[in-house]
Amino acid sequence: MTSSGKATVTLPAEDQILITREFDAPKHLVYKAWTTPDLVKQWWSGERGEVTLVEIDLRVGGSWRYVMVADGGFEVGFHGEYRELVPDERIVSTEVYEGMPDGEAVNTLTLTETDGRTTLEVLVQHSCKEHRDAHIDSGMEGGMQEAMDRLERVAISLR
Amino acid sequence: MARAATTADAFNAVAEPRRRQILDVLAGGERPVNDLVRLLGIAQPQVSKHLRVLREVGAVDVRVEGRQRLYRLNGQALKPIHDWVKNYERSWSERFERLDVVLEDLKQKEQGDGFDDE
Repeated sequence: MTSSGKATVTLPAEDQILITREFDAPKHLVYKAWTTPDLVKQWWSGERGEVTLVEIDLRVGGSWRYVMVADGGFEVGFHGEYRELVPDERIVSTEVYEGMPDGEAVNTLTLTETDGRTTLEVLVQHSCKEHRDAHIDSGMEGGMQEAMDRLERVAISLR
Repeated sequence: MARAATTADAFNAVAEPRRRQILDVLAGGERPVNDLVRLLGIAQPQVSKHLRVLREVGAVDVRVEGRQRLYRLNGQALKPIHDWVKNYERSWSERFERLDVVLEDLKQKEQGDGFDDE
């Protein structure tokens, strides 16, 4: 299997998060894997649990909902609505983490193909800085428990 | 949440592009404010304002040497960001590694005999 490298995460503005990754596949297949419930179930939870529900009503104004049971046994749900759809290229959708229903983000997925490979970008736009911070805080707990041994690389990693 | 917290932590401090530039420069070593003014091409009051924010969250330390104030990066204050980004990156990387497998499967099906769409 071809490994296409790791995801890159940057914080382009105080209310944004940008995730970038390249895939060794044409964009219509990435789009298919992103929008087909049975396929989403196979990858969306990563190594953190099992996806138990994927509902996708793929049309502008249609809604989506994903539920996953994390390895700790608790259930986490996310849902939203599709705002823009350009097949194989772009999806703009809202996303609400059901554990924090006041914080709605707008996610823009962009797929760009070059020589059969696809660059995927997900721009997460939070409605305000506080919600992005909450998103950050919720993801930070695990990281905070880790050893301090990477400390010296901090400056380098931010360049 | 009160808006007063705007620059109270490392995340907010580095959300401003100019402040990230300052950190980039200081990552290369200690610098007086004049160097930052020259390298960034912005006026000293602006640089000083950004340095003040960075110092408030501990991302930058200052020491006096002769008539100069020298600024340097304090990586430890940025560790929460580093941790968060790494953790978030790892979680997306794991997700995308599984997506690689799905895509490999789709590619093979597509390259197969052409009428095997399930």
